[in-house]
Amino acid sequence: MKSIDTKKEYLDYVDKKSPNSPILKNCFNAFWVGGLICSIGQIIFDFCQYKGLDSTSSSTVVSIILIGIAAFLTGLNIFNKIGKFAGAGSLVPITGFANSIVSPAIEYKSEGYVMGVGGKMFTVAGPVLVFGISASVIVGIIATFFV
Amino acid sequence: MKKIGLQTIKLDFCPYILETSSIVGPKEAEGPLAKYFDQCLEDEFWGEKTWEKAESKIIKENVTALVAKSGIASSDIDYCFAGDLLNQCISSCFGLRETNIPFFGIFGACSTFVEGLCLGSIFVDSGAAKNVICATSSHFCSAEKQFRFPLELGNQRPQSAQWTVTGSGAAMLSNNNLGRPCPRITHVTPGKIIDMGVKDANNMGAAMAPAALDTLVTHFKDTGRKPSYYDAIITGDLGYVGKEILAELAETKGYNIKNNYDDCGVLIFDKEKQDTHSGGSGCACIASVFSGYFYQMLKEKKINKILLIATGALMNSTSSQQGESIPGIAHAVAIENLDS
Repeated sequence: MKSIDTKKEYLDYVDKKSPNSPILKNCFNAFWVGGLICSIGQIIFDFCQYKGLDSTSSSTVVSIILIGIAAFLTGLNIFNKIGKFAGAGSLVPITGFANSIVSPAIEYKSEGYVMGVGGKMFTVAGPVLVFGISASVIVGIIATFFV
Repeated sequence: MKKIGLQTIKLDFCPYILETSSIVGPKEAEGPLAKYFDQCLEDEFWGEKTWEKAESKIIKENVTALVAKSGIASSDIDYCFAGDLLNQCISSCFGLRETNIPFFGIFGACSTFVEGLCLGSIFVDSGAAKNVICATSSHFCSAEKQFRFPLELGNQRPQSAQWTVTGSGAAMLSNNNLGRPCPRITHVTPGKIIDMGVKDANNMGAAMAPAALDTLVTHFKDTGRKPSYYDAIITGDLGYVGKEILAELAETKGYNIKNNYDDCGVLIFDKEKQDTHSGGSGCACIASVFSGYFYQMLKEKKINKILLIATGALMNSTSSQQGESIPGIAHAVAIENLDS
């Protein structure tokens, strides 16, 4: 191997040397776990409609139940294991959002309820909220005036 | 004591490493080196309410155990060099606040242990101290909390990421071996800050390997030694990725270290069974593996000459978020059984 002297040569070399994530396996696991979570959501949704709820209320019930389950599993130190296995499969559905709020709340409880739990609860989910809400405002404005 | 070459110090007296002590967490206790550590913890909290308190307790109990093992009264210990990864080195400061030993808080990220050995051995060699403690600690949970994400967050780690070792290693340097055969520190090679532009905080091995290379090559040039002089050349926490990079880069500089080189981050965990990706990291990685495993090998004369190179990544989470690259550093000490 020839000598490496510049930063660029070194960064190219590091790129070659660093192992890649097992993308196919990760995609497959994300696909079926994500699908399973959404299927569970659909089952709850259908059950709500069968019991006579309208579709808006049924959607709300689905969100509440999935968030509740994800938050509960986060507290039991189980959700991080699912997340490690499934990646985006458990992150993208609303379960990932619940986990991203509950996990810092647990972690920072040691700094107190106000500055710890309260102050740090949105450290992970904060960007999602800011850009998610901003995007929905923009889409809302476009829909109001142009659709 | 005199400086030789560019940056190496050749010690005259060559301080004894009189005793070492190590404590590790539960995951390290499942690793291949478990039987060499003095104490293995069953849980990461160790009866404390926070990760930070647990880490302080680990270094405190380890230093207490070291003093007891060494047989030296704590009033006869002149100075303590210690540091860790938490902001402003709170584990060491809080853990050692009741020891009543003059304290130097040092920061070299994961190179802190050998930085302490460098400074401590110079103190003893110069006659400024008779007995010096060098200690450091790290904790997986407190490090994750400070540098990455909450533990319960369900995310995936890249393959080049490393696992911070929970534990502590401590060594007692002395000008008196109390009649016991002890390995001695003969040379000290402090390293330079080297930044080759790696920005990925999940690839610390690649960020630190150039610093390790610089210190390694400088040590050989300064001392006139060859890699084969040492029974073992040991780096701190380059992990699988950094270890391979260092071995290959050293070869391009004309130093073949492949036969006697290993890395504490590779040794401490079983990569396949423990899912630790590129290996261990953290201040306690080299500190516990040296204090536990290599010190025992030296005492039993299974190895007699070791070049110990601790590597550190000198960054924090703010510098990473601001897109800065990661400067690396590596300090080396040569430890030898002079009576063999």
